[in-house]
Amino acid sequence: MTSKTNALIYFLAFSSGFSIMGIELLGGRILAPFFGSSVHIWGSIITVFMLSLSFGYLIGGKLSTKNASLTRYGLIFLFASITVLPIVFFSQEIMEFIFTHVEDSRYGSLLASMVLFFIPTIILGMISPYSVRLLVTDSEKSGQVAGILYFVSTLGSALGTIITSFYMVLAFNVNDIILGFSLTLGLLGLLAIALHKSAFKNHMKVSSSVI
Amino acid sequence: MFKYLSLIVLVLLSFTSFSKVIHSERSLYRNIIVDENGNKRCLKFNTKSSKTNQSCIFKDDPQKLVFNYAKLVFSSLLMIDDPKKVLIIGLGGGTLSNTIHQLYPDAYIDNIEIDPAVTNVAREYFSFFENDKITATTQDGRIFIKRAKLKKQKYDWIILDAFNGDYIPEHLLTKEFFEETKNILSPNGIISANTFSISKLYFHESATYYDVFGDFINVSNKKNSNRIILAGYTEQPSDEVIKARVEKLYPLLKPFDIDIREIRSNMISTKDNIDWPEDTKVLTDQYSPANLLNL
Repeated sequence: MTSKTNALIYFLAFSSGFSIMGIELLGGRILAPFFGSSVHIWGSIITVFMLSLSFGYLIGGKLSTKNASLTRYGLIFLFASITVLPIVFFSQEIMEFIFTHVEDSRYGSLLASMVLFFIPTIILGMISPYSVRLLVTDSEKSGQVAGILYFVSTLGSALGTIITSFYMVLAFNVNDIILGFSLTLGLLGLLAIALHKSAFKNHMKVSSSVI
Repeated sequence: MFKYLSLIVLVLLSFTSFSKVIHSERSLYRNIIVDENGNKRCLKFNTKSSKTNQSCIFKDDPQKLVFNYAKLVFSSLLMIDDPKKVLIIGLGGGTLSNTIHQLYPDAYIDNIEIDPAVTNVAREYFSFFENDKITATTQDGRIFIKRAKLKKQKYDWIILDAFNGDYIPEHLLTKEFFEETKNILSPNGIISANTFSISKLYFHESATYYDVFGDFINVSNKKNSNRIILAGYTEQPSDEVIKARVEKLYPLLKPFDIDIREIRSNMISTKDNIDWPEDTKVLTDQYSPANLLNL
């Protein structure tokens, strides 16, 4: 891994942290028309995000033990980008269905959060452990690498929270912001894949010229 | 000299009445304070300043309405015949419910309040009462209205009073919410909304109401920044009809210290009188930063 790819991985982890909290914050806005804005709405949303992140860490860590590569890392981003899209395109229908079938708005909001946010957040959660796997080359420094990674991704979360709630909601529609997150994640995934391919090509060139 | 001075101090002191807190609690949503200042008992949210008064009563004359906005709400009665089913979103001290019941003992009144602590305080300190015609439900207003639509309920008079001075539930100020409210309004019904907006939000709010209801009526008075929006009517009653209603209601509303004649003169339709820029953004579920616009 070159320092250039390392910087990219940190930037990707930052962006995923940014998107996770941006989406979580907008979750309250998305659910309010159907389930209100009582405190249990946040209970539902935070529960689902924490739960799915915890599973994401587990799965991401497991996944990183087999043929870890920047391409696979990029694919995680692409998947995340795609699984975020139903929030934009189907949330009204999904919430309407749940609203008419579940009377209690606590369980209604929990179910709706589950359907809308569980899968994309699991996938976004996979990014952190996978990043550690790609970044660590020396076990002596593994703790330090993990520390920097948490720093970067949590900083992303903090900025994602404040920028979304202070500024983006004033300038854009909720759906446009989510689409923006999806697009960013997708493009970053493609960038990671492209970089891996070109690095691989260079590597082949170098090794063939040596021969 | 000193004698006079102390006399003046004494006189001044007797004029300055101190408010005393008789109840305070922290609910799930806010701090609730009930305080008394002489003859006046008020419900306050969050702070002790009078700016956040939600509801007040005169202890020696509980019939009399204290707040101007509460009086302005009764302008709605000039737009409809006697209401039979009334929906109030946002209970506060329950003053509106009590007053409407006294005016129309046969009318059904549903009060919706998100905070059960507010309902309890209204019962205990502001003589809010329920009976077989008056209900109080603890629920988010938006959810109640959505469910009412599923149950095909209709109301003749819908009062939106869920905003307090410093916080607006943003999902109750969107095009979609107004459309849902319109859906449960009976054909000859009226929606009256109590709004606090004096800022940039005033334009957004007006544009949103206009988008859903077409022309509406602003009721305000020069004295303060409150305005009541009357919307949802299909046709504005003729001047003769309104005049007849004013005369009929005047003696009925007088005991509540509501001067319907004066209120009548403060009703302005948006017809030929649009006071917001044409390109004002309508608030929707997708775009509703009401509290940020209200800064």
